[in-house]
Amino acid sequence: MSLYMSTAPHVRSPQNTRSLMGDVLIALAPTTIAGIYFFGVSAAIVVALATASAILFEYLWQKLTHKTIRIGDLSAAVTGLLVGLNLPPTAPWWLPIIGSGLAIILVKQLFGGIGDNFVNPALAARGILLASWPVRMTAFVLPTCFSGADATTSATVLAGYEASYMDMFLGNIPGCIGEVCKAAILLGFLYMLVRGVITWRIPVTFLAVVFVFSAILGNDPLQAILCGGVMLGAVFMATDYTTSPMSAKGQFIYAAGCGIIVVIIRNFCNYPEGVTYAILVMNIVTPLLDKYVKPRLYGRLKEEKANG
Amino acid sequence: MAKKEKTVSSVFFNGILNENPTLRLVLGICPTLASTTSASNAVGMGLAATFVLVGSNVVISLLRNIIPDKIRIPAFVVIICTFVTLVEMLVKAFVPALYASLGMFIPLIVVNCIILARAEAFASKNGVLLSAADGLGMGAGFTLAITVIGIVRELLGNGSVFGLSLFGEGFEPMLLSIMAPGGFLVFGLVLGVANYFMNKAEKKKTEEKGVIRA
Repeated sequence: MSLYMSTAPHVRSPQNTRSLMGDVLIALAPTTIAGIYFFGVSAAIVVALATASAILFEYLWQKLTHKTIRIGDLSAAVTGLLVGLNLPPTAPWWLPIIGSGLAIILVKQLFGGIGDNFVNPALAARGILLASWPVRMTAFVLPTCFSGADATTSATVLAGYEASYMDMFLGNIPGCIGEVCKAAILLGFLYMLVRGVITWRIPVTFLAVVFVFSAILGNDPLQAILCGGVMLGAVFMATDYTTSPMSAKGQFIYAAGCGIIVVIIRNFCNYPEGVTYAILVMNIVTPLLDKYVKPRLYGRLKEEKANG
Repeated sequence: MAKKEKTVSSVFFNGILNENPTLRLVLGICPTLASTTSASNAVGMGLAATFVLVGSNVVISLLRNIIPDKIRIPAFVVIICTFVTLVEMLVKAFVPALYASLGMFIPLIVVNCIILARAEAFASKNGVLLSAADGLGMGAGFTLAITVIGIVRELLGNGSVFGLSLFGEGFEPMLLSIMAPGGFLVFGLVLGVANYFMNKAEKKKTEEKGVIRA
């Protein structure tokens, strides 16, 4: 038996990167299944290509740079799956592969690998794809639900497509593979809450701010949180450990910032949706929040802190 | 380390390799990012900057004993401006297409920090011949570096090199590459790759030296 020496606290936890990422994958399963249900085989191919190529790129990079092969921690699988879920179902085969390559190599590994990336890899990849191939990235279609009907091109709800709240909630609307079905995303959110993978702070604050700020600006607040990628972003992207603040107060500020930027982009900018950019901007602010918004030390009084 | 004797060729190659202004000193980033949207733009900018560098280095080197120390920077800038104005007029007259695509960035060569840096660090302290070699070497290093960046950006963002289309109709270019963020990304990647190989070569050199000494 080898003795393991470490400093306090000596808390034992069954959690490790692999179990956490495994939980995220399980939480993403309903969303993935719903996306494939609504958009058919083409969606399944996009998601599978993105996930497989992300794992492959991670493996190849670690092999070529003589690092420990760590695809077993499943973080590459999560990144790849998120890249796939952020693409429209009509994406040609090369789009998910380039997306995963950018996410893994450019955004994650070049900055030092897991835990060292300064923005969410999947989102950064989506941002680059969106800027590079805007037509491909916004070629949304109506859900076909395996009816055999040909896919019909359609605008999203944010760009003028009319849908009932129920359709928006269940996912019977055009959009990215993973963003349409809010019911499935919420199911994944509940699972992650129960398993202790994430806390409620970031997703709930994010959605609440979008709801309230949209209402103030005179938009339909319920539609504002039910359409576009807000729900997917709030639950799965904004909660990334590496790129969100550590303290509770920091997380509230971070999530509120995300929400405000989303609503500003939706209302005052040329883009119909701004979740990607909102989260990326707040990712970059995260180190500042970690530096200036520190939790109060245990046993330390407020006045003491004020007096320095 | 003992200081090596400066020769025309060592000074020239210093500008291309060890002190490459773009990849080693990381100077002149504004023209690097702005003019590398295509390979031919990059070559044009590189040549224009080289002309100014050689001209200003020679003149400043000639006048280095006359220019009072306290007002040397304004004096350098006036000399650099003279050559930039020359270049601007020449490009406008003989290569109007390049002038149209580089536009504002030709007069902005005045504030290209490579040129002022070489005036201050080299030309004001060295003779005419060496200063000319330094200007030529730095200019060549700058031109080479931004041409490589320009080729990569044009290839990704337009599917062509020097305007020559390489992939068929089916190729869908990566627009980001010729936009500003793409400039930063490609510049960073080229910088990283170049430094990786330079450091490797340097390490090898010092190891070899160590063997000889031992």
